[in-house]
Amino acid sequence: MAQIIDMPKLSDTMTVGTLVKWLKNEGDVVKSGDMLAEVETDKATMELESFFDGTLLKQFVPAGGQVEIGAPLAAIGKPGEKVDAPAGKPAAAAPAAKPAAPASAPAPAAVTAPTPAPVAAPAAIAPSPSPLAPATVGRVRISPLARKLAEEKGLDYSRVKGSGPHGRIVREDILAAAKNPPAPASAPAAAAPKSAAPKADTWPWRSVMDKSPVQADSVAPLSNMRATIARRLVESKTTIPHFYLEIEVDTAPLSTLRNNLNAGLTKDGVRLSVNDFVLKACAAALRAVPAVNSSWDATGIKYHSAAHVSFAVAIDDGLITPVIKDTDKKTVFQISAEAKDLGKRAKDKKLAPAEFTGGTFCVSNLGMMGITRFSAIINPPNSAILAVGTSVKVPVVKDGAIVIGERLALTLSCDHRVVDGALGAKFLNALRDHLENPALLLL
Amino acid sequence: MPLITYREAIRHALAEELERDKNVVVLGEEVAQFHGAYKVTEGLLEKFGPKRIVDTPISEAGFIGMGVGASMLGIRPVMELMFWSFYSVAFDQILNNAANVRYMSGGLINCPIVIRGPANGGTNVGATHSHTPENVLANHPGVKVVVPSTPYDAKGLLKSAIRDNDPVFFLENTILYGDKGEVPTDEYLIPLGLADVKREGTDLTIVTYGRCVLHSLAAAEQLQKEHNISVEVVDLRSIRPLDIDTVLASVAKTHRVLIVEEQKPFSSVGSQLAFMIQKESFDELDGPIHRLTTVDAPAIYSPPVEIEQLPNPQRVIKAALEALA
Repeated sequence: MAQIIDMPKLSDTMTVGTLVKWLKNEGDVVKSGDMLAEVETDKATMELESFFDGTLLKQFVPAGGQVEIGAPLAAIGKPGEKVDAPAGKPAAAAPAAKPAAPASAPAPAAVTAPTPAPVAAPAAIAPSPSPLAPATVGRVRISPLARKLAEEKGLDYSRVKGSGPHGRIVREDILAAAKNPPAPASAPAAAAPKSAAPKADTWPWRSVMDKSPVQADSVAPLSNMRATIARRLVESKTTIPHFYLEIEVDTAPLSTLRNNLNAGLTKDGVRLSVNDFVLKACAAALRAVPAVNSSWDATGIKYHSAAHVSFAVAIDDGLITPVIKDTDKKTVFQISAEAKDLGKRAKDKKLAPAEFTGGTFCVSNLGMMGITRFSAIINPPNSAILAVGTSVKVPVVKDGAIVIGERLALTLSCDHRVVDGALGAKFLNALRDHLENPALLLL
Repeated sequence: MPLITYREAIRHALAEELERDKNVVVLGEEVAQFHGAYKVTEGLLEKFGPKRIVDTPISEAGFIGMGVGASMLGIRPVMELMFWSFYSVAFDQILNNAANVRYMSGGLINCPIVIRGPANGGTNVGATHSHTPENVLANHPGVKVVVPSTPYDAKGLLKSAIRDNDPVFFLENTILYGDKGEVPTDEYLIPLGLADVKREGTDLTIVTYGRCVLHSLAAAEQLQKEHNISVEVVDLRSIRPLDIDTVLASVAKTHRVLIVEEQKPFSSVGSQLAFMIQKESFDELDGPIHRLTTVDAPAIYSPPVEIEQLPNPQRVIKAALEALA
């Protein structure tokens, strides 16, 4: 009897997965532990492991196909064994639009769809708002010349639509895109200057003399990640009663401490960011005001014994919130190293599900992009999220005189079902006290 | 500049070299009294006499072998094959002996032989008389292979071939013998291993040689008029040595490549070219390298079908549009 491999649940919020690429072909011998396929969830692209020994008898889903959790992906058994796809959970067929499948993958037309007739129309199969859109991850078809041109122009060609055969991006597409760049999902920090004073040859924006159209009229298919972001944020903003509290922190002591540490420990590879201290301070504040370290649940308010602070990382086409487990138990240096590693792997879409789930509080920081203050949307099931701006030099009154001071705006978005105004204020006070006495964060 | 035929251009090259160097001789079936099966050697016997313009028996292995031996002793024989298709009768003499003599002798013995004659399809002479063996010949280190497309090139290249100290295989075309072109009266040489851009363009490079150059030029004209596509036509002229630099320079200009050749596709000259282009110009390519060849079958005897088996301007246009997709 052949073993049927189903689409596993690879993240908390996953409802469908995209079979990006088969790593084993029908007829291949597979051993337990071998990687069978690459699966894209709403969060990351992961490898699907075999737990059986045998021969890969059948692939029920072509590369590019979107599959509901629990739907059959493949059968493993003895060579020559007959397999029928188990009825009841038909996998969604490959999207009608051509997926960005690798050249080595079987052509979608040549792959048989699961044999049992689906009982429901395809529309009814779709279990979530995730559309049957082609995944945009995986191999991009692009001519060698077009790739070279894109690299020379610093253009992200994964967002360019190809006009060549099979959607291949060719030179014309890159030249058109260079004249008319697609809006990046998230401008990289480096591209955002702190000051907008134009300097010769350093103007990072489109020329004001450029009279070409704003951009081409087009419809970008939703990636799994984009669809998930849309669904979860609408859910958050429409079901959680948000309110916002803001506090200003004097960051002069923190700047001094940070500069001293970075200067003295450069040779040791230490380079602490403001955000590393903010993460540590949040953990300390959660310990001081533990009622914020909680979640609303239909059965009651869940209080969490551990403080796991997550932080938002902008990546291509979206964002993700990696978690620093037991943030309160880690030093600023450990937090800094871990945040760097998680941030880098998040951008490569290489995070394991355990690394971006289970957070109890979240930090979103746009300070490095020059934003002074903003309010964030709560990341359920957290009961609050902290929005961090940039520290600015401002005139402040000290001992009756106006002097130059340094201030950082922190905005807390609270779920009013769990965190009332006084509780949120208490938390922000604790947070401010820790940041203004940053030596405590080193203990 | 006078207009002369491809046939006359070859004859003039032979006559000038016979005049210049007394070691140059012409040998082949019916080259003397009958003036050659395609009248290329007309008048040479009368001018240079039977010691230098020599009729041979109908035995390619025999007379090519004799020519190889003579060349090793300092004679510069120009051998005519009635059809290059018969080279296989003298395969050992051409590709085992002539090709290897200089190497095997440690450079002490040269083999300055030229073997020339037509190598083409399109004249309804059937599968055994329509071979285009330039790929087979060029596969052998030690030889040079030349396929001229115009009277001008034919004359300048043949004179260089006769003066070259290695075996040079000179592949002509029966259909081109009557084609006229401008050829200067003053002496000139075209070095072996130098390609020629026959038409400049910006959208597509057609790499070709021999009669296919003419098909490609006709197609380029029509592509410009009807499709506003600017085609550059690179005539290789020499298959070996191969002027890959001129090809790569053109690829860097147009970024799209179509190879057109009157070869069967499998292991053809175009196969080698395609490899070299992708290896050296990978980052310049905006699409895969395309190739138009003779349809992979023995030469078809039926005249209307043979026209379609070989490259022709309409097939080149179709292939060019595909290469630009």
